[in-house]
Amino acid sequence: MDLKLKIWRQSSRDAKGKFVDYEVHDISSDASFLEMMDLLNEELVEKGEEPVAFDHDCREGICGMCSLFINGRPHGPDTAITTCQLHMRKFRDGDTIVIEPWRAKPFPVIKDLIVDRSAFDELIQAGGYISASTGGVPDANAIPVNREKAELAMDAAACIGCGACVAACKNASAMLFVSAKVSQFALLPQGKIEAKDRVQKMVAKMDELGFGNCTNTYACEAECPKEISITNIARMNREFFKAKVS
Amino acid sequence: MAKLDSKIPKGRLADKWTLYKEYQKIVSPANKRKIDIIVVGTGLAGGAAAASLGELGFNVKVFCIQDSPRRAHSIAAQGGINAAKNYPNDGDTIYRLYYDTIKGGDYRGREANTYRLAEVSNNIIDQCVAQGVPFAREYSGYLDNRSFGGAQVSRTFYARGQTGQQLLLGAYGALSKEIKKGSVKLFTRREMLDLVIMKDGRARGIIVRNLFTGEIERHSAHAVLIASGGYGNVFFLSTNAMNSNGSAAWRAYKRGALFANPCYVQIHPTCIPVHGDYQSKLTLMSESLRNDGRIWVPKKKEDAQKIQRGEIKANDIPEEDRDYYLERRYPAFGNLVPRDVASRAAKERCDAGFGVGKTGLAVFLDFKDAIKRLGRDVIEARYGNLFQMYEKIVDENPYEVPMRIYPAIHYTMGGLWVDYELQSNIPGLFVAGEANFSDHGANRLGASALMQGLADGYFIIPFTMQNYLADQIAVGKITSDSEEFDQAEKEVRERIDKLMSINGTETVDSIHKRLGHIMWHYVGMARNKEGLEKAISEIQALRKEFWTNVRVPGKTDGINIELEKALRVADFLELGELMARDALHREESAGGHFREEYQTEEGEALRNDKDFMYVAAWEYTGDDKEPMLNKEKLVYEETEVKQRNYKTA
Repeated sequence: MDLKLKIWRQSSRDAKGKFVDYEVHDISSDASFLEMMDLLNEELVEKGEEPVAFDHDCREGICGMCSLFINGRPHGPDTAITTCQLHMRKFRDGDTIVIEPWRAKPFPVIKDLIVDRSAFDELIQAGGYISASTGGVPDANAIPVNREKAELAMDAAACIGCGACVAACKNASAMLFVSAKVSQFALLPQGKIEAKDRVQKMVAKMDELGFGNCTNTYACEAECPKEISITNIARMNREFFKAKVS
Repeated sequence: MAKLDSKIPKGRLADKWTLYKEYQKIVSPANKRKIDIIVVGTGLAGGAAAASLGELGFNVKVFCIQDSPRRAHSIAAQGGINAAKNYPNDGDTIYRLYYDTIKGGDYRGREANTYRLAEVSNNIIDQCVAQGVPFAREYSGYLDNRSFGGAQVSRTFYARGQTGQQLLLGAYGALSKEIKKGSVKLFTRREMLDLVIMKDGRARGIIVRNLFTGEIERHSAHAVLIASGGYGNVFFLSTNAMNSNGSAAWRAYKRGALFANPCYVQIHPTCIPVHGDYQSKLTLMSESLRNDGRIWVPKKKEDAQKIQRGEIKANDIPEEDRDYYLERRYPAFGNLVPRDVASRAAKERCDAGFGVGKTGLAVFLDFKDAIKRLGRDVIEARYGNLFQMYEKIVDENPYEVPMRIYPAIHYTMGGLWVDYELQSNIPGLFVAGEANFSDHGANRLGASALMQGLADGYFIIPFTMQNYLADQIAVGKITSDSEEFDQAEKEVRERIDKLMSINGTETVDSIHKRLGHIMWHYVGMARNKEGLEKAISEIQALRKEFWTNVRVPGKTDGINIELEKALRVADFLELGELMARDALHREESAGGHFREEYQTEEGEALRNDKDFMYVAAWEYTGDDKEPMLNKEKLVYEETEVKQRNYKTA
């Protein structure tokens, strides 16, 4: 298939960006979206032009590195996948595809389609862990964990930290990301000890970093490649409330 | 000639690690904060080590090439992690886990290291549960286990099909806690481009490139830990992440660290087959699929050809015309034979003309019988996410038509040579995880990579590194203001300038793809003398072409992705040759290394214990000079060495 591309190009964090038009030809419908981008870049390099910078790594939907906003949707026009799992068969010959970086104040654009997501690392550093040091822990089966709760914890823990939830949200809220981590640990007996402290610190950090609040549009859930549920946000709100009143 | 001392402690195999710990030196708490440690890589090994060393009170600087430590490629491991807990009461012991691992590695691993791995395996599970890793559980609330890749007991712990992700996020949490505390300083988007060694021969720092700004930075420390993963991407197409590379290890090699067993490469049997020239990577599907899926090809060559031409489909072939070749050849293990055996058997059938798919380079993995026996719901619960992933990529429904699979490069058992303490032959340079060579011999069993990464990171490095650091407190602060750092930085800058100035016509990827073709054809699943010799000369020619005709556009400052790739490929072009040399010298077949000249009449791998029961540790002697071979003899004191047999036992 032949395609027209409108790609955001921005040379550096402080530079002004703009859309640049490209065309690609004879793309196989079996190719992945990023393989299409590879072919474009290969052509650009052959012409001596600078390739389009975009983040990617595992190309199997788990590292959370890829982050393209395609035709107005994070990770493009399919559900429950990352950009690297998107295939060209989802497009039609002759289509024009608009490709942008994540747009959110806490994720500044660094170059072209690459954004800085270190704010997510800071959120985890604020308390997104159980403070168990290496060694000195009991046998793994010493504390049984309700299977249903373990499954719910796993549902929340499946988050890959890609930032699609923030990019999808009109408020650039990180509630889904933070609530997934808070929920994972709130559901497990091992995580309960620090639960109050964790939720307060992570929420305070979220505000400090400039992420917006949640206004219940559910865009985050709709665009999450791992289908993290917004019930996690409800659980985090309960945890936050519990922490504040007790 | 380097002096190889594996430093294996005395005593019975089961006592060695305990004895070691009793006698190792430790650093006093007040002194730990005066010691700096560099950790390169934030996967399971690097992340766990950096967190644990930070907890102990050392000053740790940790480096990763991605934008966050959470993205290291350990995250992609699906199936699980082994431990000898024996929770299912099915007869597992530390010795059995050890023995399966050393046997699975075709008796080319070091006995004491592998035993220790099995010994600390149980601590890993305890640690991860305490961190909140949501492992699969029974209704009772206790942990669930499954059998995995060639094991006859159920010892694999798992978190759906995302075990690597959950373990890595556990380590990332621990690391984040230390970063917050200030004991660990995080450097993202940094790539190690050289190791700095002082006049006294000790490793004291690294040179990195800041991938955001292009700046060349110096970092000094009392010791350096490399945990940068494997070098599977030398093949261009592999299941590794796109940015995974061998440069950190290779740069250490060029500074004098020995590179051990580079030819031992694991080829994973259950990957989605190659579909086009534009393809960028191969996707692995957990080999847990082999627990219920049956692997077959048509019995008749005409049928295979019709399938290749698209005239008939898999389901058109009647039961009696299907060849379940693994069940036929290996009745005792059937579809669960180890990875190397399963991969070679697939290649054998395809080479003989029985392969399926458009290219004829695929075999079927069929769930029809399992669905009939267990019901679709059960299969969906077990493999739903994998089936969905397959359907997204291939556009076929595996509940209805058999999957097509083919082997792909997955893991490298070879790596930098280390002793029992995971220290290389360069004092102060430690190597952990896939980047070292030590625990898996010539082939790694499923669910053992995660085990090794975390064993090294949480439980081994924090002990052994202290033994080295105990007398380093006297040397005081290490600065990067020295002749050695000047020289290393100068060489890095010259290498970058040279790459930028060639301005030829070939892109980095096009040369990398050509290297991949050479490696896959001659240094892949089956190797022979003639092919390996050809590979060496072709790689040399390609390397020359690279250094005279590659094109790297852009500038050295700021993000320059082509330059990043060029630096990695330049190293792969050397590493590939060493792999071919190692494969050529090893005149036997062992694990992931199969030499066509050395096989039984039935086509099974034929080891030569008399002449090759050693670790081949290669020493750099200069560019375009032949490397020197050092041998570490493998001694099995408490292990019966057998021929691997998956037919009857």
